[in-house]
Amino acid sequence: MSATLAAGPTPPRRPRYRLRRNLKEAMAAAFAAVLVVWTLAPIYNMVMVSLDSHGDVFTNDIWPAHPSFDSFRIVLSEGYWYLEYFWHQFGNSLYIGATTTFITLLVGSLASFSIGRMRLKNGWVVSNAALLTYVVPASFLAIPFYSIMLKYGLANNLWSVIFAEVTFATPYAIFIFQQYAVSIPIELDEAARIDGASPLQVYLRIYLPLMAPALVAVGTYALLLAWNEYLYQFMLLSSKRSMTVPVALAQFLNSDEAPWNYMMATAIIYAIPPVAIYYAFRRRMTAGLTMGGVKG
Amino acid sequence: MSSTTFEAARTFSAPSLSRPRRRVWRGGLQGSEFTWAIAFVVPYAAVFVAFVAYPIVYGLWMGHNPQLYTELFSDPIYLGSVVNTVLFVGIGVNLKMFGALLLSGFFMRRSWWTKGLLLIYVLPWAVPALPTFISIHWMLNGQWGLLNNVLWDFFGIDGPGWLDTSRWLALGSVIVSHIWKWMPFWTVILLAGRMAIPQELYDAADVDGATGLKRFAHVTFPLLANLYLICTLLSTIFTLGEFNEVYFITGGGPALSTHVLATLGIRDAFQVARPDLGVATVMSALPLMIPLVIILMRKLRTTEVQL
Repeated sequence: MSATLAAGPTPPRRPRYRLRRNLKEAMAAAFAAVLVVWTLAPIYNMVMVSLDSHGDVFTNDIWPAHPSFDSFRIVLSEGYWYLEYFWHQFGNSLYIGATTTFITLLVGSLASFSIGRMRLKNGWVVSNAALLTYVVPASFLAIPFYSIMLKYGLANNLWSVIFAEVTFATPYAIFIFQQYAVSIPIELDEAARIDGASPLQVYLRIYLPLMAPALVAVGTYALLLAWNEYLYQFMLLSSKRSMTVPVALAQFLNSDEAPWNYMMATAIIYAIPPVAIYYAFRRRMTAGLTMGGVKG
Repeated sequence: MSSTTFEAARTFSAPSLSRPRRRVWRGGLQGSEFTWAIAFVVPYAAVFVAFVAYPIVYGLWMGHNPQLYTELFSDPIYLGSVVNTVLFVGIGVNLKMFGALLLSGFFMRRSWWTKGLLLIYVLPWAVPALPTFISIHWMLNGQWGLLNNVLWDFFGIDGPGWLDTSRWLALGSVIVSHIWKWMPFWTVILLAGRMAIPQELYDAADVDGATGLKRFAHVTFPLLANLYLICTLLSTIFTLGEFNEVYFITGGGPALSTHVLATLGIRDAFQVARPDLGVATVMSALPLMIPLVIILMRKLRTTEVQL
């Protein structure tokens, strides 16, 4: 038995093994190429159309015949009547994003501190309410939400959108904060209390600093949610001066002579900040998402 | 800086793991402390009552008239959009999740270029939905769209009008776009799940002679099954409420034949100016939603998170 093994033809097997490995590697590379084309096609289309000059949009080219940055210049200088408030709308988007992030972090961390750390009696009711909000699709609540905003007198007001985004971002915040706080020893709270710290001081001096990684993950999530969301902003904001960039962008679709190159240039400018933030905070965000999902 | 404090907290906590967790505030949570705890919860409770509970109750009240439902069930557009919703969710979610499962295995490869590829691959998720769906809408244009131009230039095929000729082509385009947008996200989630599987298990399987498919069937899948199930359920609910794909890619056309419940509800409420009908449209998804929500809430409560 062992003799046959020793005499076995080991050397001839090697090239075949190498061939197989190379073949595998080549197949993986081919698959990767397909994946890149699949991923980048709509994004390439966006860039291509934005680089067209107006007449070239309606041609059968698959790359721009006369590429120019004209449409970007026009968007940035508000040089088209659809874009007359572009920078104002950009500011609205920023304002909504920043405010939503701040309120989400504040409300979420306070609630999770009270339920998770101070162990408020019946706190599970609040966590379940948050969980319920997390799993109900936002678009299903849109119509009654709109009617109620009319009643509150907040229609066409940026705050109505801020409230909507906060509503849908806080459940995720509470969820993440509560689970993350398990890794922070409760003895720290205890020690601070023995030294005479009030609950507010424990929250400010111990809880918040140690929660920094979770705060970053949730803050990024809330910011991107508020910046990317469309349905509620479309419903609640109707005047040109109160609109945000995505609502203004969709307005292009209503016109017959839609200048597609301006529209795509606007779309790219609108997409750059979230993509940059996403890649900057990618690790923190993906770590925070492992337990669940984001709403689209 | 923050990460070092965090590490310190971790090491500090290590010995405490062995003994039962004490409830520090319990017993001491009286008088002013109880007031503080209540005060900390009040902001969220207010948000929930004003912007979730009230709209839900108000919506139920708006859609409580049974007449609305007889009206809906005699409407062919509504019935068509129920079929569309079932197809969109059923096909879209399963293809997307299965693709994500396979691709997460692909991204476990340890070659130098896979990491770079992953960065490109997650781009559809990183870019906001609106610009990409508008781009896809234009790309699928029958006359000037990129897709038909490519088909013509490279293969000499005269492509159809993807969005405005047939209901099934348009719905198929919507499903493919949905997969394009969301598969990267679930791939990343499942990839994280795969990375959490200890290497020793694979080594042990190797010793026992398991390779390829056997390794997947006996090691990877049993350990990933729960995560896969939770992801599929979550994705089902999110996809059920998905508005942007249909609204921006087909706009419900051709001839209102590709609406799903979420977009039809908004159309009824804002374009037809019948908010009660819109609410009823959305509410007709409740029989499917409620069991999903209950299962998910049970499952999610027991899941742990690690940052």
